[in-house]
Amino acid sequence: MTEPLIRPKRKNPLQRTRRPLSPQAVRSRTAHGLTAAAAEGRFALQVCEDCKTVIYPPRDCCPSCFSARLPFRDVARGGVLIAETTVQTSTDPYFRERTPWRVGTVKLDVGPVIVAHLHGDAQEGRRVRLDLKLDKSGSAVAMALPEKDTPNMADDPHLREMTCDPKFRRVLITDGRTAVGQALAKAFANAGASIIFVGIADSWKPFSGLEALRRIERVEIVPLDVTDTESVTEQAEQNGARIDIVVNTAEHVRSGGVVDRHGLTVTREEMDVRYLGLARLAQAFGPILRARGADGVNSAAAFVNLLSVHALMNWPIYGSYSAAEAACLSAAQCMRAELRPGGVKVMNVFFGPLETEWFQTVPPPKVAPAALAGAVVRGLQQGLEDVFVGDVAEDIRQRLAVNPKALEREIAS
Amino acid sequence: MAPDAKRKSYDGVVACLPVTIPYRRYSTNSAQWWLGRALQELTKRAKLRPVDIDGLSVSSFTVAPDTAVGLTQHFGVSPRWLDHIPFGGASGIVALRRAARAVQAGDADIVACIAGDTNHVDSFRKTLSTFSRFAQDAVYPYGSGGANASFALITKSYMNTYGAKREDFAKICIAQRDNALSIPYAMMKKKLTLDDYMSARPIADPIHLFDCVMPCAGAEGLLVCREATAKSLRLPYVRILSTIERHNAFASDPIQLRGGWAVDISDLWSMADVKPGDVDFLQTYDDYPVIVMMQFEDLGFCAKGEAPDFVRSHTFTNDGSFPHNTSGGQLSVGQAGAGGGLLGLVEAVRQLVAQPFGSRVPDAKTCVVSGFGMINYDRGLSSCAAILARAA
Repeated sequence: MTEPLIRPKRKNPLQRTRRPLSPQAVRSRTAHGLTAAAAEGRFALQVCEDCKTVIYPPRDCCPSCFSARLPFRDVARGGVLIAETTVQTSTDPYFRERTPWRVGTVKLDVGPVIVAHLHGDAQEGRRVRLDLKLDKSGSAVAMALPEKDTPNMADDPHLREMTCDPKFRRVLITDGRTAVGQALAKAFANAGASIIFVGIADSWKPFSGLEALRRIERVEIVPLDVTDTESVTEQAEQNGARIDIVVNTAEHVRSGGVVDRHGLTVTREEMDVRYLGLARLAQAFGPILRARGADGVNSAAAFVNLLSVHALMNWPIYGSYSAAEAACLSAAQCMRAELRPGGVKVMNVFFGPLETEWFQTVPPPKVAPAALAGAVVRGLQQGLEDVFVGDVAEDIRQRLAVNPKALEREIAS
Repeated sequence: MAPDAKRKSYDGVVACLPVTIPYRRYSTNSAQWWLGRALQELTKRAKLRPVDIDGLSVSSFTVAPDTAVGLTQHFGVSPRWLDHIPFGGASGIVALRRAARAVQAGDADIVACIAGDTNHVDSFRKTLSTFSRFAQDAVYPYGSGGANASFALITKSYMNTYGAKREDFAKICIAQRDNALSIPYAMMKKKLTLDDYMSARPIADPIHLFDCVMPCAGAEGLLVCREATAKSLRLPYVRILSTIERHNAFASDPIQLRGGWAVDISDLWSMADVKPGDVDFLQTYDDYPVIVMMQFEDLGFCAKGEAPDFVRSHTFTNDGSFPHNTSGGQLSVGQAGAGGGLLGLVEAVRQLVAQPFGSRVPDAKTCVVSGFGMINYDRGLSSCAAILARAA
C-alpha cells in the first residue's frame, strides 16, 4: 500500500532550496534505444532479427547468434521480482540523499533479467510489470510496478521522481483564451493541481469561456501576454517561484504557404506569438524551474510545448504556420538540454488539426481540445517527453519513421 | 570435433617469492607507484637485475590510461613476454596459469606477476561508475550501490533458495578476522564478535558492514619460473598441480547461485590427482561471504546448497577443521583493487613454504586457491582455481 501524498505546507521562505542533483546520465549509444522508448512510454527491448532472442542490457552483438541486427521492439512487460534489496549506502550524491532506495532483479517472461527500480508495492517473489521511465538525468531506467494498479500508486516517492504528476503541483497555462487552454485548466483541476494560474492578455477584451474558467476550482487568472517581454517577466517575478509546470498554450493558426502569402505581417505575428513567445517564457521561467527541480513534493517538474505535428513535416496549406511550429520544436530540443541539469522535463505534445475555429475548413479526423488536454495530463503523470495525440499525429509519426520523402510528397498533394 | 586433448601438466614450473606491499586505506600515490614497489621488492629479494625479468604480468584497475606496455617504459624493463590482465578477482590465478605456460614453453624465464591498485579519496566511486558498459547502462543508475547492491541481490536469492542465515556468513567473517589478527598490514585488526557482525549497520540488505571488504591501496606479487631457476636463486617454491578458468558460465541462470568452477571442477581435481579431503587449506575469493559459500560447493567441498551446513559443521581458523583464507582474506586485510586477485595466491605460497606473516596452518602440503571476478552486470563472470603443493 502506498501512503497517499500529503499536501505540502507553504514553504518556509528562510529555508535553503536544495540544489537539484541527477543520477548518472551516461549511457552507451545503443542503450539510448531505451531512452527513445521511455520518452514515448513504450516498453521496448532489443529483439534479434535473426534468432528472435530478447536482449538486455543493450548490446551490439546478439549473445545467442552473434547477429548485429538488434532493433528495439515493443515487448511484453510482465515478469517476476526474484530478489530485492534496499540500498542504504550509495556512492552517488543523488541517491545518497534519497536512500533507502529499493532495487531488484526481475526475470522477464520474454527472457532477460533486468535490475530495476522498485515501486513500493512491488514485492519479492510476486509478479510485476516493468515500465521504462526517464529519470531525473533524462536517461531511461526500468521500474518494476505491481502487476495490478494499487491505491495511490502514483504517489510512490520512487515513481514520483520519474514522473511530473500534477497532483499538488502548481501549473501555469500561458493563454486561457484558447479552447485548449480552458480544457487544460479543467484537466489539471481534476488531476489535483494545487493552483492553476491561467494567463490572459488584454483582460479588458471579453472572450467566451471566461465564466466557466472562473468557476474551476483553484484557477487563478493572471495577466500574461507572451508577445510582451515585460508582461512575461513580470509574471515570472510575481509567481515564478511557485510554478512547477508551465504549459504554453499560445497559438497562432493561419493558413497560407511561404511563397503564396503576400507580405510578412502574418508571418511576423506567427513568429512573435509562437517562437518569440516561447523564447520569452523560456528566459523568464526556465532558470527558476531549473533551480527548483528538487524542491520537495511540489518541485518544478516540466515545461510543456503544444506543437502541431506539422512541426515534424511541413503541411504546405498551413506552410508558414508549420515553419513557426518547427522553430518551436527546435527551441524545445535546446530547452531540454538547458533544463536537464534541474531534472525538469520538456514535454512536446504533437497534435493533428484541432476541432477549433481556426481549422474550420480541414476535414476530420480532428482533435478535440479536451482530448489534447487529457493527453497532456496523462503524459505528465507518466513522465513522458514526446506525446502524439490524435489519428493525424500518429499517422504522420509512423510515415516519418518509414519514409520521410514519401510523406513530404504526399502531404503536398 | 576431436576428443579433448589431454592437458599437459605444469611439471618443472614453480611459483615463488610472495611479496606484499603493506596496504593503506587511502594513498596519494598512483597505481604505477604501488606496482613499482612490488616489482622492486621482487627483484631486491631475488637479487635480480631489472633485465633478468623477461616476463611481466600486470593486473590493475587504476593504471589508466596506461596498459602493461606503457608500464614497461615507466619501469624501465624490456620483457620478451608481457601480459595485462584486468580481470579483478580472477586475475591472480589467470596470471599464474598463463605465466606458467610461457615459462614451460620457453617464451620467458622469469615472469613477475604483479597486481595492485591505488585508492584515492574518490577513486572507488569512479571505478564503480565506469566499471563496464553494462554497469554504466544497467546497474549504476539504479541506486549506485555498486557491488554491495549486486551482491545483496545474489545473497538474498542464495538465502531464499538454500536457507543460509546471517549467522552462517558471520561464522566465515569472524574466523577470517581471527586469522587476520596477526597480519601487520590488515586493515581490520580488531576482533570481530557475532554481536558486532549482527548489529553492524545495513549497507544493502541482507549485506551489512562486515560482509563488505574495505577498499584500500596496496600491491601483491610473486615470481613464476622453472624449478631449476628457483633453486639457483635459493628461493623456496611451490608446485602447480592444476588450474581451471571459465568466463560467463551458466548465462541463462536468472540469478547467480553457482559460478563457473562447477563446469570445470572434475578437470581441476583429476589433473592434480588429489581429492577435496587431501586439501590442507583453502583460499577463496571473498569479496562477500556468499561467494565463499558458493566456492565451497562449486569446488567440490560439499554439494550444491549444502554450504550452510558445511559452515555449521566446520571451523575455519588456521588451527580449525577447515583452514580458510589464512591471512584473513580481503574481508579483513582489505581489497587493494586487483591486488585482491593475487592476495589468496600469495598467502597460499607463504603457507606452503612455511613463511606466513601470521599464524601457520600446521604441516600444510596441499591447497586450493580460487578466484572470482568482474560483476559486469548482475553476476561475477570469471571464475578460476588452482591446486598448489609444497615442493618437498
